[in-house]
Amino acid sequence: MLLNQFLLLGAILFAIGVYGVVARRNAVLVLMSIELILNSVNINLLAFALRNGGDPTGHTFALYVIAVAAAEVGVGLALVLLVYRNRRSIALDELSEMKG
Amino acid sequence: MLNVIWLIPLLPLCGFVINVVLGRRLGDPKSGLLAAAMCGAAFIVTLVTYFDLVSRPEEARQHVATIFSWIPVGGLSVDAAFLADPLSITMALFITGIGTLIHLYAVGYMHGDPKFSKFFVYLNLFAFSMLMLVLGENMLVTFLGWEGVGTCSYLLISFWHTRESAATAGKKAFVTNRVGDWGFMIAMFLAFQAVGSLSYSALNSAAMGGTLVRSTATAITMMLFLGACGKSAQLPLYIWLPDAMEGPTPVSALIHAATMVTAGVYLMVRVNPVIATAFTWAPAVIAIVGAATALFAATVAVAQTDIKKVLAYSTVSQLGFMFLAVGSGAYVAAIFHMVTHAFFKALLFLGSGSVIHGMHHEQDMRRMGALRKLMPITAGTFIIGWLAIAGVPPFAGFWSKDEILLAAWAHPTNPALFKVLWGVGLFTALLTAFYMTRQVIMVFFGKARWEDHSGDHGAHGDFKPHESPAIMLLPLVALSGLSIVGGVLNLPFTDSTKRLLHWLEPLVHFGEIEGHASAGEKWGLAVGTAALCLASMGVAIFVYQRNRAQAVEPQILADGWRYDRFVSWFMGHPGRQAFEATAWVDRNIVDGAVNGVATGVRRSGAVLRRTQSGFVRNYALLIGGGVVLMLAWFLLRAVGVFG
Amino acid sequence: MHLLLSPMQQTDKLISPSVNWGSLTPLLVLLGAGLVLLVGAALSARGWAKGLYATLTAAAAVAAGVLQFVLWNSTVHHGPKSLVGEALVVDGPSLFIGISICAALLLAALVTDDYLRREDIDSPEVYGLYLMAALGGLVMAASNDLIVLFLGLEVLSIALYVLAASHRKRIESQEAGLKYFILGGFSSAFFLYGVALVYGATGTTRLRGPESIKTALALTVETDKHRALLVVGVALLLVGLAFKVAAVPFHSWTPDVYQGAPTPVTGFMASAAKAAAFGALLRSVVLSMPELRDDWRPAIWVLAILTLVIGSTLAVVQTNVKRMLAYSSISHAGFILVGIEAAAHGGESGDRGIASVLFYVLTYAVLVSGTFAVSTLVGRSGDGAHGLDSYRGLGRQRPVLALALAVFLLAQAGVPLTSGFVAKFSVITAAADASSYAIAIIAMLAAVIGAFLYLRIIVSMFLEDGDAEGERVSIPFGTGAAIGISVAFTLVVGFFPGWLLELARDAATRLY
Repeated sequence: MLLNQFLLLGAILFAIGVYGVVARRNAVLVLMSIELILNSVNINLLAFALRNGGDPTGHTFALYVIAVAAAEVGVGLALVLLVYRNRRSIALDELSEMKG
Repeated sequence: MLNVIWLIPLLPLCGFVINVVLGRRLGDPKSGLLAAAMCGAAFIVTLVTYFDLVSRPEEARQHVATIFSWIPVGGLSVDAAFLADPLSITMALFITGIGTLIHLYAVGYMHGDPKFSKFFVYLNLFAFSMLMLVLGENMLVTFLGWEGVGTCSYLLISFWHTRESAATAGKKAFVTNRVGDWGFMIAMFLAFQAVGSLSYSALNSAAMGGTLVRSTATAITMMLFLGACGKSAQLPLYIWLPDAMEGPTPVSALIHAATMVTAGVYLMVRVNPVIATAFTWAPAVIAIVGAATALFAATVAVAQTDIKKVLAYSTVSQLGFMFLAVGSGAYVAAIFHMVTHAFFKALLFLGSGSVIHGMHHEQDMRRMGALRKLMPITAGTFIIGWLAIAGVPPFAGFWSKDEILLAAWAHPTNPALFKVLWGVGLFTALLTAFYMTRQVIMVFFGKARWEDHSGDHGAHGDFKPHESPAIMLLPLVALSGLSIVGGVLNLPFTDSTKRLLHWLEPLVHFGEIEGHASAGEKWGLAVGTAALCLASMGVAIFVYQRNRAQAVEPQILADGWRYDRFVSWFMGHPGRQAFEATAWVDRNIVDGAVNGVATGVRRSGAVLRRTQSGFVRNYALLIGGGVVLMLAWFLLRAVGVFG
Repeated sequence: MHLLLSPMQQTDKLISPSVNWGSLTPLLVLLGAGLVLLVGAALSARGWAKGLYATLTAAAAVAAGVLQFVLWNSTVHHGPKSLVGEALVVDGPSLFIGISICAALLLAALVTDDYLRREDIDSPEVYGLYLMAALGGLVMAASNDLIVLFLGLEVLSIALYVLAASHRKRIESQEAGLKYFILGGFSSAFFLYGVALVYGATGTTRLRGPESIKTALALTVETDKHRALLVVGVALLLVGLAFKVAAVPFHSWTPDVYQGAPTPVTGFMASAAKAAAFGALLRSVVLSMPELRDDWRPAIWVLAILTLVIGSTLAVVQTNVKRMLAYSSISHAGFILVGIEAAAHGGESGDRGIASVLFYVLTYAVLVSGTFAVSTLVGRSGDGAHGLDSYRGLGRQRPVLALALAVFLLAQAGVPLTSGFVAKFSVITAAADASSYAIAIIAMLAAVIGAFLYLRIIVSMFLEDGDAEGERVSIPFGTGAAIGISVAFTLVVGFFPGWLLELARDAATRLY
């Protein structure tokens, strides 16, 4: 396979993720979109690592990213839950007390 | 004694600290007397320093007292240091001298004010900052004082304001001053870039040694001039000064007449070698702005009815004269006029304060009149101030104004332009004589119009203006003495009577431009100007004193009438309209522009605020937009669009 | 038996990276203190004695700070060095920023103790998170590898997300936490994508030293093929870091989060997080990619100008003081970016730029911690009194506190004889030295606009009469101490800036 194909897949996932963050109102879906971007990064990293002859840097990095993403999602869901308990809603647009 | 010049600013600072801590306990009038004593002590130290300086040979009249190395690193080395030389000590003398008198006066004027001690806190802080400004050995120390006086002025203008308007009261002062500060900052950095130091001596010697590039010198000059315009109320940044009359009158006298507003002139004189190095259009711009301000403010002054507003515009106008002198290369004349102006304008302001005090805070001149009998000392001293500012010989103002006009008349390099400026200056001098006469007559002569309005002062019952207490009159008498004899500082008759010239010579010899005028020209100009000023005063007397003159001498009046009718027609129709128009321009356009800057910032802030909608999605979109722009830039560069 | 013993008989040598434990001690102290706090507090049934959490945190901050001073001395004698297989470095900038972060941590711990007890939400987790965040910050500032940089960034950020939301009773706090989290995650994702692309283009994630991005970029032939990948990667790296330093247009989270977060946390974010982010920006882009400077320097230039102008303009229209300070911190970021822009020129003026950035970061960290400490007190119980009204008459009610705030605000405005002035002055001089005149002039303009808002607060405090019904502001010991330290530092550096400027210059030249 060609490197380009992996990069393209990564870029498409990335774009979908960015679109999700910008367009979605549901906090959980936004979290998922961010995860999508992180996964697109992983695809890129692995593709580059393979291109560089199985360079361990890329593989390790991808593992780190997975770990960090897990931590991030944990904190994110906790925050969403906190908000949900108070407001009975996870629509992000209702979170606009502060502005200006 | 020169080693202790740091005492001069330190003493008011001590007064400030003591009053901050103990002010309320000391109360009225002790905290005020303490502040005055501190200022007086600073005056004595200055005086001693002065005599020490005089006793030295001319070339040794310069001393730098370094307190500590402030920023001693590598290429950037700035000391906290004070400079004692003829110029700084001259400034310090009249700042502390007049400052002491005004402090004393304020003890009487502010008596009974609930914020009495706070007032003196500010006043001492102001004196300290002003002394830092003039005694600073480098631009940074001056800048510190520069910011300090601006802040004090801002605080004092809002002193009597209620909570609602306090936030907006000093706004104009603040905005215009900040524009000026910006100019100063840029000049500072330019100077630093050019000579690698911020000290005046380094900058000036670079200019005198020819190592300062001409274009840089021009840029420094113009930026400093911008700063000076802000602080010294020149077109178009003057508008804060009339507004500053909202503050208590001693403040108007101290800050807005005698000291702070002269900071810009001082700064220009301080860097005169730089101005001399700049392209010749730079000083010409200064002279033009000065003359235009002088004329403009004088015309506005004619249409004012507030006793302090007249003096405020008159201050703007007189400062214009000083800048005309600076632009003409007559630095000694500028300082000379600054000193005499400090005498008589402080006198006039304090006199007006005395009137306001006696009239129970009435400031409208249309409700005054015939006060000379009720307030004889105030009236007498005010009249002396009037004669001094109007340019009647031998009072102080005549000599200094005459020298400025002479410098413009005899300017060697650009005679056509400066002849025009001379004309403008002369006309302004006539207007000055006119509106000051108008003021004196409206306040002290004519009919007692306050009687019609005694009912307005319901609380006072039988309203009667009264003379002020002795502590307020004493400074008036002292200042009127100075206004009479102030001219002896620099009499033009023989070389030996030009004391100020010799005193300042070593500092200004590089920048001072020698005019070419024969003795006959000089005499002619002096006599002609004085005569015209007297005539202008006569006209004003006829116009505003009409009723009285009619009663006494009908024959003269018959002749006078025709002229008077013309003048009053002129004053009533086209003339009045012209003056009203300039007042309108002042109110709406120039004011509007400065307010516009403030509201512009505010408006654009309000528009930009809308991007901050509170919605996370919008924020993400904004970030996304930023990413797109960033990527566009990098990719376009990568494919070579931007080289 | 033989089977069990056989692993013990494997004596083949392993080649592991040498870990210089001594140089890692500042990080270990913070990590250890954090773990002790969390585990210890979880094990004790009734919680610790009051003030002990904060004491431990403050002690860890001081210890980490002192250890970095010791390391500083060793770099003076033995030169800068790298650790853990070149993943981390110990050099001038990293220690300078590290000390700034420890100072911010100390001040935050002092303020937070009183705050949490006033709000009745005292718990060890907040301190644990502070320690973790500081650890992340230190790692960011010392990283010599994009992976490590990313890990530091995430440790810092995740801790801050939770900290921002940590006042469970305040609805704004939750909003701030979630907003910060979403936008922060979004921007780290960009950053990460950028890292991946840079890795793809250069084949390494190491920043400096042998076989690093810096050396790869020097051999332009190799990278030309991947130029598109490379520049897109660098652009995205910049986006991620610009978000963290709150540069316009990546600033939009700042006002909401600063306003909503518990006030001591806001102070910590404005000081420590900003310091760490600038450290990372210096390390990853400015110092490691000088070859690409013509690409990214103009981008920094634009960011700096936008940040300066928009930050100060928006600050003027605010009425909530915390929000006002948030915008003012944006404009301060603009000033630091001016220094970064100067640093980007390289050579001697570049060193001066780095020194000015370091100096600014440290002085601003102390300054802003002090400012938010005062704001914490004025917020009164409930942490809600942050309108300009709440500052009315403070000068009469609490003259010393008001005076302290006045010092901070004047310093932020850049009035001479305060640390803020020297910081602004050195940044602008560095820019002028590097011939970036336009940016220097705009920086001065922003300073001029900005002064308005600081004066507005001062006028409110001293010239306007207070509300009679307002609850009296109380000044507990810890917060008072934090404010005192900050005032002293601000004035001492204002009057005698020489030694600190010298240190910053030293740090800038002592690079790994």
